[in-house]
Amino acid sequence: MKFTLSWLNDYLESGADLAAIVDAMTLAGLEVEDIHDPREALSAFSVARIIDARPHPNADKLQVCQVETKDGTKEIVCGALNARAGLITAYAPIGAFVPGLGVTLAARPVRGVVSNGMLCSGGELGTAEDPFGLRSSREDAWMPRAAALGVTPDAARLDGGILELPDNFQVGAPLAEALGETDPVIDFEVTPNRPDWLGVMGIARDLAAKGVGRFSPRAVSPVTGQFPCPINVVLEAPDACPIFAGRLIRGVRNGPSPDWLQKRLKSIGLNPKNLLVDVTNYISFDRARPLHVYDASKLRGDIIVRTARSTKDAEVGATEPDILDGLDGVRREAPASACVISDNGGRRCIGLGGVMGGNETSSQLDTTDVFIESAWFDPLTIARAGRQTGILSDARFRFERGVDPNSCLEGLELATRLILENAGGEPSEVVVAGAPPKVDRTIVFKVRDMERLTGVAMKPKRMEEILKGLGFRPEAPAKSWRSGDGEWRIQVPSFRPDIEGSADIVEELIRIEGFDSLPTDSLPPPARAAQIVVTPMQNRIRITRRVLAARGFLETVTWSFMDSAKAALCLTDGRVIEDRLLIENPIASELCYMRPSMLPNLIEAAQKNLDRGARTVRFFEAGPVYEGDRPEEQKTRLAAIAAGTAERHWSSRSSSYDAFAAKADLFATLEALDQPADRFQIGPPAGPLWHPGRAATVRLGPKTVIGSFGEIHPAILRTLRAEGPMIAFEIALDNLPAAKAKPSKTRPLLERRHLTPIRRDFAFVALERVTAGEIVRAAMKADPKLVAAVSVFDIFRGPSLGENRKSVAIEVTIQPKSEALKDEQIDAICKSVVQSVEKATGATLRS
Amino acid sequence: MTMLDQLSEIEVHITAAVAVAPAEADLEAIRVAELGKKGRISLLMRELGAMPPEERLRAGPALNGLKDRVAAAISARRQALEVETLNRRLESEREDLTLPHRQEMHGALHPVMQVFEEIAAIFADMGFSVAEGPDIEDDFHNFTALNFPAGHPAREMHDTFFLRPAADGSRKVLRTHTSPVQIRTMMSAPPPIRIIAPGRVYRKDWDATHTPMFHQVEGLVIDKTAHMGHLKQCLTDFCARFFEVERAETRLRPHFFPFTEPSAEMDVRCDRSGGEIRVGVGSDWLEILGCGMVHPNVLRQCGLDPEEVQGFAFGMGVDRLAMLKYGMPDLRPYFEADVDWIRHYGFRPWLLPTVSGGLS
Repeated sequence: MKFTLSWLNDYLESGADLAAIVDAMTLAGLEVEDIHDPREALSAFSVARIIDARPHPNADKLQVCQVETKDGTKEIVCGALNARAGLITAYAPIGAFVPGLGVTLAARPVRGVVSNGMLCSGGELGTAEDPFGLRSSREDAWMPRAAALGVTPDAARLDGGILELPDNFQVGAPLAEALGETDPVIDFEVTPNRPDWLGVMGIARDLAAKGVGRFSPRAVSPVTGQFPCPINVVLEAPDACPIFAGRLIRGVRNGPSPDWLQKRLKSIGLNPKNLLVDVTNYISFDRARPLHVYDASKLRGDIIVRTARSTKDAEVGATEPDILDGLDGVRREAPASACVISDNGGRRCIGLGGVMGGNETSSQLDTTDVFIESAWFDPLTIARAGRQTGILSDARFRFERGVDPNSCLEGLELATRLILENAGGEPSEVVVAGAPPKVDRTIVFKVRDMERLTGVAMKPKRMEEILKGLGFRPEAPAKSWRSGDGEWRIQVPSFRPDIEGSADIVEELIRIEGFDSLPTDSLPPPARAAQIVVTPMQNRIRITRRVLAARGFLETVTWSFMDSAKAALCLTDGRVIEDRLLIENPIASELCYMRPSMLPNLIEAAQKNLDRGARTVRFFEAGPVYEGDRPEEQKTRLAAIAAGTAERHWSSRSSSYDAFAAKADLFATLEALDQPADRFQIGPPAGPLWHPGRAATVRLGPKTVIGSFGEIHPAILRTLRAEGPMIAFEIALDNLPAAKAKPSKTRPLLERRHLTPIRRDFAFVALERVTAGEIVRAAMKADPKLVAAVSVFDIFRGPSLGENRKSVAIEVTIQPKSEALKDEQIDAICKSVVQSVEKATGATLRS
Repeated sequence: MTMLDQLSEIEVHITAAVAVAPAEADLEAIRVAELGKKGRISLLMRELGAMPPEERLRAGPALNGLKDRVAAAISARRQALEVETLNRRLESEREDLTLPHRQEMHGALHPVMQVFEEIAAIFADMGFSVAEGPDIEDDFHNFTALNFPAGHPAREMHDTFFLRPAADGSRKVLRTHTSPVQIRTMMSAPPPIRIIAPGRVYRKDWDATHTPMFHQVEGLVIDKTAHMGHLKQCLTDFCARFFEVERAETRLRPHFFPFTEPSAEMDVRCDRSGGEIRVGVGSDWLEILGCGMVHPNVLRQCGLDPEEVQGFAFGMGVDRLAMLKYGMPDLRPYFEADVDWIRHYGFRPWLLPTVSGGLS
C-alpha cells in the first residue's frame, strides 16, 4: 500500500517529519518497505540559466555553455538540441549522482573541453520529461538547430533534451521545490488482519493514536438528492451482498481529473483515466472503500444482485450461464457461488460483485449519466471468486480482507461530492437496498489480561485513551477503574473485523504503548528440568552425521521432492508410485513426488560436481523419506554416495572406493550407534537401484532391512545421466533396535581373558556360489562358547581346484574360558569346525 | 721373562686385537680365547694356585687387573660396534619426508544442520526439549488449529504445496511452518510445556531470497505465568548467545500472525557497514524472528483453557540465521550440494555445539 505524506496530512494534523512518521509506522505495526523522498533524490540538483552557448571546437553536436548556477558561472559541455542562451534548466554539479544514468559526475574533458557539471533532462533526474510543456511549446526556439544538424523534427522530439523551466524560476533554487516534487511516497506491507490500513484515513487514525499527531476524520455531509433514483436495486443474495447503495447523477461532463487528483493517483502508481473512474480509485485508497461507476444510459432496468448461474444450472433450466466481458478485457464465465450484478431483469451479467465490473456498462469519457455503486460483499465469497477467476483487483483485495460495512453511504456521498465539484451534474436521491451487517459488535475485555499477558501494569486511564484513539468505545465500570480488574464492555468499530476478544484488545494496548514498555523478566527456570532434550532418533542422526563427516563425507541437504520417474527407481518390495505422494502444484514438474530415497538426488549432485571438475565426491544426507502420507510413514534415512577417482599417491597404486569401502563405512556407522556388526546378515540387493552382483542388503532377522550398500546399477546411472561407477550405502535409521532401558548405568564387570587364545588356520574348497559369510557363520556355530572369532584371510582360485571352485582360508580363534584346553580338546573343536562348514556349505577341507 | 712382563705383552696384543675387531662375532672369539673357560687368561689364573706365596701376591692382582681391563675393553668395543651398526642401519633407512603423506578425505557438516544444533544447545540450557512432527501435514494441524479460518486471505500468506486430494476430497499439505508441532505437542501432553520444533518446511516460492524448501525452528512455552516480557527477554538472551556477543539489543515490532495475539517481529541491533553483520553494535535493525502470545483460539483448539494457561511462541528461519551469522551471501547454494560450498561453509565433525564448550 502506497500513499504520500501530504495525503496522510489530510487526516493527520501533525508537525512530524518523514522520519518520525516512518518510525511511528514501524512501531505501530505498519511495516515500511520503501520510502521515496523526491526532495532527497533531487537534493544535488538546482535551477540554472544558460548565459551563452557556442559550438564545441571539436564536435558538431556538442555546445560549450556558460551557465549561471548556485556555484557561480560554470563552463559545461552539453549535447542537448534545446540548449541555448537564456534557457532556465536543471544543473548537476561535479560529484552529484545522476539517478537516470547511474553515475556520479566527475570533471572530465569532453572532446578536449572540461565540463564542470551537467545540464539534465527529466529522464536523467527520474522525473517528467517536459513537466511544464515548455519544450514542446517553444519548438521554434530550438528546432532550427536540430534541422541544421540534420535531425528530423520527430527524432528531435524523441531525443528529449534538457528540462525547460519557466523563466521566472530563480537560479540556485532547489530543483525538487521548483518542480513541485516534494511529496514523499511511503510503501508499506498491510497485514491481512488490517483492511482499514488499505485507506489513508485508517493509517492516519493509528498514527495519531501512536502519538504523532491529531486525527481529523473529515466527515462527509450528505448531498440532497434532487429527484428519486430511477434505478432500483434488488438483493437476491443477501448473504453475499447484504447492502447495496446507489445514486444516479445526471448530466455530468466527464473529462480529465483535476491536477491534484491526477497527481495523487500517479504518485502511488495508478494511471489517471477520467474523472468518474479516478474518483472511485481515489476513494478506494483514501478510505479503503471500493466503488463502481456504471454508465446509466447503458443499464437496462433495475439492478439485481444474485448468485452466479453456473453452466450446470443452465443445462437444467432455461437460463444461460453468466458471462462477463471484464474491464480487464477478458471474457469469462462467473464462477459458481460468486456474487453477480445483473440487469435486464437479471438476464445480463454486468459485474462480478466486489471483484470486477463489466465493459458493456462501464463509464467512458462520453458518459453523462452515471450510476454509482457502493455495496458491501462477504469476504469469503469474494476470496473464493477471486481465487477462482484469478482476478487481482483493488476491490477484491479490500473486500476479501473486510471493508467497513458502515462506509457504504459515506463513500457514496464522497464520490457524489467529488463528481459534482469537478464535473457538475444533478444527483438523485440515494437508493439503499438491505442493511449493513456486523456493525454493533461489543466484546468483553478482562482488564487483568493486560498485565497477565504482557507483564505491563497499565493505568485504566491510559487504556481508555488508547482505545478511544483507535475508534473503540470502552465502557469501564467505575469499580474496575479503581481496582484495575474486572470487565469492560468495549464497542468495536465497524472497520476492525479483526477484533474478537480480550487478547486482541491487549494487542492494541501494547502495540500503541510500545513493546519497549515490556518488563525485562527472565523466564523462570523450568518446573522440572529435562534430562535429555533430544529424542533418541535425533541423537542417532547427530552421531551418524559426525561419523560420516569424520570419515571424509560432505553433508548435503537436498529437496524432499523429486521427479516421480526417479522416485520409481528406488521403490522396493512391490511398492509403486502413489497419488497420495504426488504434489498437486509442484514448484517445477521435476519436483513433484515425495522422495522414497535421497539417492537419486545424491547421484545427480555427485555427477554435477564431477562435471565441474571435482576428482572425488563423497556426499551424505541424513533426512526424511516418505513411504506414505501418514505421520508414521515418514522415515529417517541416511544415504551416502562416493563417486569419481581416488587421489593418486606416489607410494603405490591408489585404492579406489569400492563396495567394501562402503561396507566399512556402513558398519562403522552401525557400531557408532551401538549396533554390533555380528548381528546383521548380508543378502542379495533389493530393487532396481543396485548392481545385482556388487551390492547387498543388510538385514536384522528375515524381515527387518537395516540398509544396503554397493555399486549403483549401471543402467540407473545411465538413466540419471551419471558416469559410473558410483558406490552408495543407506541405513534405515528407524529400523535399528533401540537400546534396552536399564534401571542403572552400571556396566557389567570386565571379564578378563587370563588364558591365551589359540589360533588355527583352515582352507576350504567350495563352489563359487557358497559365500564367505556362510563359511564364517558355520565355523562360528561349531562351538559358540569357545570359538571367539573367525576371519577370512585368503581367497584362492586356480586350475588345481577345478572349475567353478574357490579356496576360502579362515583363521579360527579359540578362547579358553575357565581352564586351559588340552590338545585333544582343541583337536575336537577343530574337527567340529570342519564338520560344521562341510555340512552347511558342502565345502571340503583343502588337502 | 717374568710373568709380569708376559702379562703386559699379552695385554698389548689383546688390546690391539680388540680395537680392530670388525664385528661382534670377532669380539666374542677374542673373549672366548682369553676369558673363556679354556681361555689364555683363565688358564693363567688357574696357575696361580701352584705359585709360591710371594709370587702369587704379585701375580694375583696383576692377573685379575688384566682380566678386568680385557673384559672392559671388549665391552667398550662391543658398545662402539653396536653404535656403528645402528648408525649404518639408520643411514640405510633414510627417507625423503618431504614427500606428501596419504591424504585423507575431509568431511564437513552442513551449516543448516550445525545451526540447528547451536539453537538446540541454547534452548536446552533454558529448559526446552526438542520435538518433531511430520512434513506431510493435514489441514487441521497446519492451518485450522492455528487459527487460520478456511478461505481467509491469511492462508494465502503461505504459498502452500498441496498433495493430490484423497477420495474423500481432503488434501494433505506440505507443512508451511513447524507450528503444527506446537499443536501436536499441546494435544499430547499437559502444560507446563517448553519445546523447540526444528524441521523442514515448504512454500511455493523460488527466487534469490526464497527456496521451496527451507528450515525453521519454532518454540513454544505454555504455563500459567509466561508473558510477553518473558518472551522478549528469552529471545534477547537467545540472540546474544546465538551470535556469541556479550549483549544483544532487540526491539519488538507489532506484526500479524493468526496464531498469536499480540504478535510481533523481533529485530536485533546490528552494524552492516563493514560488509559483514556485527550484532550488538551499530545503528541498523535486522529482522530475526516472529513471535507472540499463543492465541486463545489455538489454546482452545488444543483443549486448553486460555483462562487457565498462557504462553508464547516464536519461529525463526534457520537458513537465514545461518546466513546472518556466517555470512553466506546467497540462500540457493544451501540445497545444491556443491563440494566447494560445503567445504567452505561447512563445519568440522568434532565441532559439537554445547553450552559448556561454546557454539562455534
